Amino acid sequence: MTTSALQTDVDRDARAASDNRRKILEATMKRFQYQGDALIEVLHKAQELYGFLSPELLSDVAQRLRLPPSRVYGVATFYHFFSLAPQGEHTCTVCLGTACYVRGAALLLRELEELSGVKAGHTSADGRFSLLTARCLGACGLAPAAVLDGEVVGHADRSDLAARIRNLLGREE
Amino acid sequence: MDLHELEAIGEREQAQRTRLRILCCAAAGCQASGALELKRRLETVLTAAGKLADIDVTPVGCMGLCGHGPLVRLEPSGEMFERVTPADAEEIVAALEGRPCTVTRCDRQHPFFARQFPIVLRHCGQINPERIEDYIAVGGYRTLYHVIHEMTPTEVIAAITRSGLRGRGGAGYPTGLKWATVAKSPGERKFVVCNADEGDPGAFMDRSILESDPHLVLEGMAIAAYAVGAEQGFIYVRGEYPLAIERLQKAIVQARRFGLLGAQIFESGFNFRIDIRVGAGAFVCGEETALIASIEGRRGQPRPRPPYPAESGLWGMPTLINNVETFANVTAIIEHGPEWFSSIGSNRSKGTKVFALTGKVRNTGLIEVPMGITLREIVEEIGGGTPDGTPVKAVQTGGPSGGCIPASLFDTPVDYESLAAVGSIMGSGGMVVMDEHTNMVDVARFYMEFCKDESCGKCIPCRVGTVQLFNMLTKLRNRQAHARDLDKIEELCDLMRETSLCGLGQSAPNPVLSTLHYFRHEYEELIGAEGDHGS
Amino acid sequence: MAAKTLTIDGHLVSARPGETLLAAIRDAGITIPTLCHLDGLSEVGACRLCLVEIEGQRRLQPACMTMVSEGMVVHTNTPRLQSYRRQIIELLFAERNHVCAVCVASGNCELQRLAGMVGMDHVRYEYLSPNYPVDISHPRFGIDHNRCVLCTRCVRACDEIEGVHTWDVAGRGVNAHVITDLNQPWGTSTTCTSCGKCQLACPTGAIFPRGVTVGERPHASERIALIVEARKQRW
Repeated sequence: MTTSALQTDVDRDARAASDNRRKILEATMKRFQYQGDALIEVLHKAQELYGFLSPELLSDVAQRLRLPPSRVYGVATFYHFFSLAPQGEHTCTVCLGTACYVRGAALLLRELEELSGVKAGHTSADGRFSLLTARCLGACGLAPAAVLDGEVVGHADRSDLAARIRNLLGREE
Repeated sequence: MDLHELEAIGEREQAQRTRLRILCCAAAGCQASGALELKRRLETVLTAAGKLADIDVTPVGCMGLCGHGPLVRLEPSGEMFERVTPADAEEIVAALEGRPCTVTRCDRQHPFFARQFPIVLRHCGQINPERIEDYIAVGGYRTLYHVIHEMTPTEVIAAITRSGLRGRGGAGYPTGLKWATVAKSPGERKFVVCNADEGDPGAFMDRSILESDPHLVLEGMAIAAYAVGAEQGFIYVRGEYPLAIERLQKAIVQARRFGLLGAQIFESGFNFRIDIRVGAGAFVCGEETALIASIEGRRGQPRPRPPYPAESGLWGMPTLINNVETFANVTAIIEHGPEWFSSIGSNRSKGTKVFALTGKVRNTGLIEVPMGITLREIVEEIGGGTPDGTPVKAVQTGGPSGGCIPASLFDTPVDYESLAAVGSIMGSGGMVVMDEHTNMVDVARFYMEFCKDESCGKCIPCRVGTVQLFNMLTKLRNRQAHARDLDKIEELCDLMRETSLCGLGQSAPNPVLSTLHYFRHEYEELIGAEGDHGS
Repeated sequence: MAAKTLTIDGHLVSARPGETLLAAIRDAGITIPTLCHLDGLSEVGACRLCLVEIEGQRRLQPACMTMVSEGMVVHTNTPRLQSYRRQIIELLFAERNHVCAVCVASGNCELQRLAGMVGMDHVRYEYLSPNYPVDISHPRFGIDHNRCVLCTRCVRACDEIEGVHTWDVAGRGVNAHVITDLNQPWGTSTTCTSCGKCQLACPTGAIFPRGVTVGERPHASERIALIVEARKQRW
């Protein structure tokens, strides 16, 4: 197979995937009968499918739910859960709830910032890693807590967490 | 479904209970400590020994002592083990068969367990939250049957009113009064909403209840819907609680399949459906008018009350909004009677309260205690003091809306009025213990940072006031403040408390005011000779 | 229905049922400061300047969203209220960059007038001095976010009267800001009809007609109420 044929295949796969996601999103909107009230539920689904909410996606949702674009944008930026920029391949969320704070979460966050070179709430330039914070994961019994690629890490030990992140990013000591 | 069928399911399940069982905590806390891996390992060991057919490994909800997880309990002996690792699986099986076992046992006589009074948490850690049959086996949905077939809505409301139950979300509004208002407010449709937007950092009571006993909340909501005349309910859950959402979804599907939710419940004329709405990360949505805006798909901004949601809520219709724990109290009140409930607790605060005990305390976890218990009993006896024996300095209740209560006031009974009198609030149940190493100005600044980030931005006192207060506290911490800045802080706190639009802004100054009141010297220590740099 | 009798600042006043306290206060010839309220638009109760004391009620209530009731005893101008109002205006001045000397609305600005009215002669809070952009991509109008007070009058005028909802608020807390469509340059908005009602509704110099200079922007917010009346009457 030539390189260009391979490229065409990749493009087709990508298009098919995007069509599929579009279908699922459409089904979600249909389930809510395209009612504007369902905006937040629809945005949840859109973010789950696409990873983040691009202007095109927001505009699309606005059109389908027959809502003004500014209202959709206003809602998307009101809630912390919605991200208008792509997230990194790997994410680490540090809980900054009270129990975690009292047990040194701020220090943990600072060390991870230094280690990854990424400021809290941001993604590294190469798109490999996002460092995020959460208000409270509700895992206070395990303070300090963090979530590494979807897995809750309780009693998060600074050096242990740092080692795991280094490992994820394929970096050597 | 009728009563007969319900009881038949219960009996069948009970018959199973005589077998040997290993109950394995599968709540979010223990899952994070490796509980699922442990459960798999237990099953492997039992399979290898050819005993999986005789011994059940049941995933259950929260057993309370989250800080010592994963927890495992054996039935019928009731023995409980803490910090169980997958490598301990063989030994746990050995213990079940009466052979020696070196895994650390929990002392069930310890005040952490002995001082508790479980009503809301009575099934937590006993049943598999993902099976409706387990809930039915412990008497579930029988109260709903009784209510629908043997009580009028007025009688239900009267029972709740007589019980003295007050809202467990923080403010303590009498629940019966709220139900009565919704019941008598005119509207073509009415709604019941369960507020599970548990936003206080340091609190996980509602998460644990939903993860451990979701049907208890659904049944409570259905009884409320019958009482106020609603056919549609919503549970507004934080997006941060995926496991709670998953279990609620399962529970709703099961209840619908059993005819316990949906149309013609228990073959009566009563219809009630429940939908889940997932929050998207906004603390202010715990405020009921903001929560309504959010369910309607809008920015979660509060509006002035009146009108109260009980008269004009979702889509302008009468709407009953109660918190998870409030709904979770309902079945017990109906089942045992309002007099039983009001005999528990203190004079004006009836029943029990669930607290998430966290911070610098030996036994972190979830507890349910009768109202009127003192802070000392909770922190020192149940909590066991600080892990390293450092003196406890204060306990914070009520999260960003509450205050820090110094150790000198630990004989304060835990009830709505007493906590308010010492400058804090009951709140939803977060209780964070702080020791001598915790700086109170830092704590106040931490909460103000939270409020600043969570302010919706609608009203000026909260939007700008939180930022100004945060900046002043930062200046103070950096030793750049003047003595007169303390007056300015107090003046701004007063403005926010009196003029903010909603509870978030009105209560945001509480952590600052309470620490200023009890720990003023820590503020004053930061104003030194260096304080004059700022000028 | 019978008229309601209430006492405002010691005077007996009669009001129509269903009327807001703010309307009754104004009918009685008393002036209290308002900012997010604009005749002709819905109420949001956000600026907290019209808070009044009502006897028997623990909390201060916004006059714009409180309905009159029989026997209400209201105080609109106590020293406590005066102090709160002054502080609120101070907070607003500290929030963004309100520099009257270079503002198109100077002399015709509600914020400026309010500062005089409540006697705010200096700001004791730290200026937050945010760095907000000015958007002059629209052929007829511009918006300088540095002068915005987030009263949302533009949002409501656009939604409730023009009916297109080009404006909304994005972000939250102190980072909240008004936007057009998907937070795009106003000139590229596909919903804006260039009707200019947002500009009429704006209390400060945040939204302005292009080409005006310091002090030249007229203040014509009362035209919003006239438009609403015109719509109702269908002249």
